[in-house]
Amino acid sequence: MPADAAAALRHVAPPLPLRAVWGIGVVLALACVAFMTLGLSGRIGFILELRAVKLAALLVVGGGIGTATVLFQTVAANRILTPGILGFDALFLFIQTALVMTLGGIGFASLATGAKFLIETGVMMVAAAALFGLLFRSRGSDLSRMLLTGVIIGVLLRSLAGLMQRLMDPSEFAVVQSAMFASFNSVDRTNLAIAAALFAVIVPLAQAMAGRLDVMALGRRNALGLGLDHDRAVLGVLALVAALTACATALVGPISFLGLLAASLAHRLTGTHRHAVLIPAAAMLGAAILVIGQTVFERVLGQQSSLAVIIEFGGGLLFLTLVLKGVLK
Amino acid sequence: MTRPVVLSLIALACLAGLSLLIGASRLDGNAWQLLAISRAPRTLAALLCGAAMAVAGVIMQQLVRNRFVEPSTTGTTEGAMLGLLLITLIAPGAPVIVKMSVAALAALGGVVGFLALIHRLSPRDPFMVPLIGLIWSGILGAGATWFAWQADLVQYLGNWMTGDFSGVLAGRYELLWLAGAIAVLAYLSADALTVTGLGAARARALGLDHRRAMQLGLGAVALVTALVVVTVGAVPFVGLVVPNLVSRLMGDNLRRTLPVVALGGAGLVLAADIVGRLVRWPYEIPVGTVVGVAGAAVFLWILNTRGGQSHAR
Repeated sequence: MPADAAAALRHVAPPLPLRAVWGIGVVLALACVAFMTLGLSGRIGFILELRAVKLAALLVVGGGIGTATVLFQTVAANRILTPGILGFDALFLFIQTALVMTLGGIGFASLATGAKFLIETGVMMVAAAALFGLLFRSRGSDLSRMLLTGVIIGVLLRSLAGLMQRLMDPSEFAVVQSAMFASFNSVDRTNLAIAAALFAVIVPLAQAMAGRLDVMALGRRNALGLGLDHDRAVLGVLALVAALTACATALVGPISFLGLLAASLAHRLTGTHRHAVLIPAAAMLGAAILVIGQTVFERVLGQQSSLAVIIEFGGGLLFLTLVLKGVLK
Repeated sequence: MTRPVVLSLIALACLAGLSLLIGASRLDGNAWQLLAISRAPRTLAALLCGAAMAVAGVIMQQLVRNRFVEPSTTGTTEGAMLGLLLITLIAPGAPVIVKMSVAALAALGGVVGFLALIHRLSPRDPFMVPLIGLIWSGILGAGATWFAWQADLVQYLGNWMTGDFSGVLAGRYELLWLAGAIAVLAYLSADALTVTGLGAARARALGLDHRRAMQLGLGAVALVTALVVVTVGAVPFVGLVVPNLVSRLMGDNLRRTLPVVALGGAGLVLAADIVGRLVRWPYEIPVGTVVGVAGAAVFLWILNTRGGQSHAR
C-alpha cells in the first residue's frame, strides 16, 4: 500500500524543514506588498485594481509552473528537466499558429476569450500527454536520448510553426506574433478566473499525492517493491503536469526555464526530498520570482516586458551550471 | 571519380538546371540578364552554402568526436549572430570584411564556450553533447534576442536567423566562394581530420599536432559559419543530416566520403530553396525554414533508429 509506505517513510525521515517554507512565504508576501504599493499615485483605486489582476496572474502562473516542474522532475527521475526544456513552448506556438491558420485571423480573434482559452488548454493538454507519453515510453533505453528527442521535436514544431506563419496573411501573422513572447500585461480576466479555479483544484490534488510522490522518487523498481502501481501513477502525475503547464502557457505565453529556477531553489532552500514541503516551496518560489522580477522591471527599471527574456537567460545559465556540476550523471 | 560522386553530380546538375528555370519572372527577352544577375548567383550561392555547411558539420563532428553536432547546434551560429549584432550597434557603417571578421571571432567564441561545457561530460553519453549544445545555442540566442530587443534590431536579427536566398544577386554573394574554398581545403586535409577524430592521444601517437589541428578546424568552422550567416543567414541541420546519411551509406573514410558530403549538402540546400520557391509561387518561403522542418524530421529519424545507437561514439 502506498499510504503505508509513505507512513513508514515519515517515521524515518527527519521533521519537516518547515522553517524554509515559512521564510519563502514571508518573502512572497513582502514581494506582493511591494508590487501593490510601490510608486502609487493618481487614481489609487483604479491602479490597485489593475495591479491586483496582474498580481493574480503572476501568482497563478508562478505557482502552477513551480508545482508542475517538481512533479515532472519526480516522474522523470531527474532534477534538471522541465516541461519547458522538452519543447513545451514550441508546442504552444505551434498550436497557436495552427489555430489561427485553420480558423483564420478573424475567426480566431472572434472566439469568446473563455472558449478560446479552454480550446487552447485542451488541445495543449492532449498534445502534451501524447508527447510525454511518446517520450516516456522510450525511456527504457536512455534518458539523454529521450531528452534530445524532445528538444528536437521542439525544433521541428518551431520550424513548422514558422512555415505556417510564412504561408498566412500579414494580419493573421500579427495575431500569432502577439502570442510569441510571454507577457503579463494583457491578461484576460475571464481566462484568469478559469485558470485560478483549475489551479485551486490541481495544486491541492498534487499536495494530497505527496506521499505517493515520495515513493515514486525512489525509482520505478523501489516504488513497485513498495506496492505502488508506478506506471499508472506516472500517467496520473503527467496529466496534472500537462494541465498545469498548458493552462499557465495559454494564459500568458511560453516561459521555459522558470520552473527549473523554482524547483532548484526549492530543493536547495528546503534541503529535503519530501514532496509535502517541496511542492508548496516550489509553488511559492515560482510566484515570488515572477512577482519580484516584475516589480523590479516595472517600478525600478521602468521597463515593461523583458522579464520573460531575463528568466529564460538566467534559467538557461542555471541549467548549464547544473549540468556542469554533474547533476545529470 | 567513384560512382556515388558521379551520381550526385548528375542529380546536382538537374537541380541546378531546375533552379535556373524557376522564379517569379519569366525567362523571355531579358533572359540572359535575368540569369546572369539573379538566377545563376542564387543557384551558385545555394550550392556553395550547402557544400560548405555540410563540410563544416563533418569537421565539427570529427573534432568533437560526436555525430550529432553541427554549427547551429553548438552555439557557433548564435555566436556569429551576436557578433554581427554587436558590430552593427558599435559601427553600423563598417565594411563587410570587418563585420565578417567580428562575426567569425564571435562564432569562434561560441564554439569554444561549447567545448568548455562538454569538456566535463561523461564521454560515454553521446546524446548529452548535442543536448548541451542546443541549450547553449538557446541561451546565446536568448542573449542575442535581448540585445536586439533593447536596440530595436529584432527585425535585423530575424534576417540572420533564417537563411534566405531571395536577396542574392550578382555582387552580393561572392563571399560564399571563400566558404567553398575552405571546404576544398578541408578535403585536402581529410586524412588529418580522420586522425583527429580518433582522439588526442591516438592522434599524437600517429604524429599529428592535435592542438594545432583543433585550432585550424575550429577556425575553419567558425569562418564558414560566419560567412554563411553574413551573406544569407543561418541554414540549420545541413551539417548534421548530410554527413550522418552519407556515413550510413558509405562509411567513415573521409577522403572517400567528403566529396559526396559536399555534393549532398549542396543538393539539399538547392532542393530546399527550389521547394521554398514553388510552395507558394510567386511568393517565397526562406530556405532556412524549409531546411529546418526537413532537417529536424530527418534528425529525429536518425536519432531513433537502431543505426543511431551504433553510430554514436
